[in-house]
Amino acid sequence: MIGNVSLLEFLSSGQLVENHRPWPRYRLDGKAWRALVERLDAADWTLMAEWGEPTEIHVALRDEVNRDIAVVSRPAFDRRFFALGQVRPGAVRIERAIRDLWGLAPEGLEDQRPWLDHGRWPSRRPLSAQPQPPAEAPPAYRFLEAEGVGLHQIPVGPVHAGVIEPGHFRFHAQGETVVRLEERLGYVHRGVEGLLRDAPLDKAAKVIARVSGDSTVAYSLAFARAVEAALGCEIPPRAHWLRALMAEMERMANHVFDFGAVCNDAAFAIMLSHMGVLREQLVRANAAMFGHRLLMDRIVPGGVATDLSPEGAEALRHLLHNFAKNFRKAVALYDSAPSLLDRTAGTGITYASLVHRFGAGGVVGRAAGRAHDARRTPGYPPYDELDFDIPLYAEGDVHARLMVRAEEVRASLAIVAQILDSLPKGAISVPLPQVAGEGMGVVEGFRGEVVVWVRMAEDGTVLHCHPHDPSWFQWPLLEAAIEGNIVADFPLCNKSFNCSYAGHDR
Amino acid sequence: MISPILHFLFRHLIKGPHTMRERIAPDPDGLGELVAALERAARRRLGRSLSIRAVDSGSCNGCELEIHAVNNPVYDLERFGIRFVASPRHADVLLVTGPACCNMAEALARTYAATPAPKWVVAMGDCARDGGCFAGSYAILGGTDAVVPVDLHIPGCPPTPKQILSGLLALLDTAGR
Repeated sequence: MIGNVSLLEFLSSGQLVENHRPWPRYRLDGKAWRALVERLDAADWTLMAEWGEPTEIHVALRDEVNRDIAVVSRPAFDRRFFALGQVRPGAVRIERAIRDLWGLAPEGLEDQRPWLDHGRWPSRRPLSAQPQPPAEAPPAYRFLEAEGVGLHQIPVGPVHAGVIEPGHFRFHAQGETVVRLEERLGYVHRGVEGLLRDAPLDKAAKVIARVSGDSTVAYSLAFARAVEAALGCEIPPRAHWLRALMAEMERMANHVFDFGAVCNDAAFAIMLSHMGVLREQLVRANAAMFGHRLLMDRIVPGGVATDLSPEGAEALRHLLHNFAKNFRKAVALYDSAPSLLDRTAGTGITYASLVHRFGAGGVVGRAAGRAHDARRTPGYPPYDELDFDIPLYAEGDVHARLMVRAEEVRASLAIVAQILDSLPKGAISVPLPQVAGEGMGVVEGFRGEVVVWVRMAEDGTVLHCHPHDPSWFQWPLLEAAIEGNIVADFPLCNKSFNCSYAGHDR
Repeated sequence: MISPILHFLFRHLIKGPHTMRERIAPDPDGLGELVAALERAARRRLGRSLSIRAVDSGSCNGCELEIHAVNNPVYDLERFGIRFVASPRHADVLLVTGPACCNMAEALARTYAATPAPKWVVAMGDCARDGGCFAGSYAILGGTDAVVPVDLHIPGCPPTPKQILSGLLALLDTAGR
């Protein structure tokens, strides 16, 4: 009986948890959780994030029909739960990681290998109620096999040739052609969630800002919004607008550099040089306006840490005028280089069906027909007052991902212009009230939807916090995108995805 | 009509690279002087050649962004003969970012072992000093020196390109001694 039952209607049989804002949280028993998993097989409910606690499992879901969001929890005193990964492939690695960290066993999951735990930590299940002693020696990881005449393996990483983060890629190739790619991540797991347990608010904010350095604004913003929701705190309008300004500066800086870096991986180095200069202009403007090149720790719960001076706003307006001109020229250069287009068009295709199944957002989703953008859905201030386009392509190849980036830079330029024109006056922060509560923040980073969930104590300490990176739903698609391409196109595909290693590994 | 690529190349022929203007009119923050000092030291100590291998042992990727920045045309590290190489076997210096994660310890130690002597290790960023804001976590061993011996530390979170240039200058002084 799969009728048109909405997410909230389905959850109404569960127990509503008090003090969870801005979206409701429901607690289900084992039977109702099982029914939820079965319903997820057909329902148009997107998995936003999934995480554990020593005796509870949580999942954040969004109903794509009426756009409701809810967090669903299931107490797991028996330290096991019916796995979502059976019906949502995007959850498989998350649930493997949940067992590694909290010791909650995902029942029914076909892939029972560890994910983040490489057998190197001083204890197993480090965040569970009873951490266990480690194995004698780190166990060998069993990669999935591919068989056939003339197949060979190419192991790559964790230390790569370029200046990039560590991760291992195992290629099965036949000659030049990739038959299967399998990723092995977790090398930069720093135990962020352990550090965020019972942490003072300022320390937690500092750690959250460093989950993924290139998305520091997005993480700080999502964390601040989660904390403010938990405490029922309203911040001044000027703080909302300054936050959006920072977020768009971060988006532009990352997109222009990625555009250059993708072209560089197709041996078109002049684009990287040009884009490197454009990025440098933006980060210098960040430093001049707010005092940090990457804007780390500028967004704090309660508002923003630094105000923008009228001279700063004027200088930025001037800078962006020239920036827009030079960016236009660079995109024209890309369009006029057939040898470059030959490398990007038709390379590394992600299909819309997979993008939807995994709920992949950001550039990866919008280049393959999934238009989701958290600035629109659920939306947050000041974007409801701003006019902006969300680009959408259907091809799903490297070229489409570049075009989405180029259009998003243009959209961000328009957003920044609107912000500078109508930036409200007033205070930039408010003191936080001393109350307990739970909250969730959802923010569109340059890579996609960043979700942060937090539980606050009355004295202002963070009891529990979970940061979710959009890369969780994008990394698996890279494995599919590279299939049938040549090994030499892997850097191109990988850079066009530009998933975060640090944000994923935490 | 002039094709865009010709337009780009002409522009640089006529106006010069992005780097030039900064050297003519040094930044008030002293980048110009620093650049001159770096060039002198690099030539004297290492015959103008220093190869760096970057290793991320647990960074948030903020440090990597600034390493990319010192390689952009504005800072253009390579004009001093200092360049980033693809293999530790070609390197004089390991530039290590981030805390020493348990999961990266073996890879870091093996990268160090693969680097031919004489070799130096530069720990870049506050995390690489002592774990930074990740200190105390079950998943990290501490700073870079928990795994490999460190010759120099570049402070900052993340260090700015100027701090990186300044740190490499200090390393050239150390290396020449």
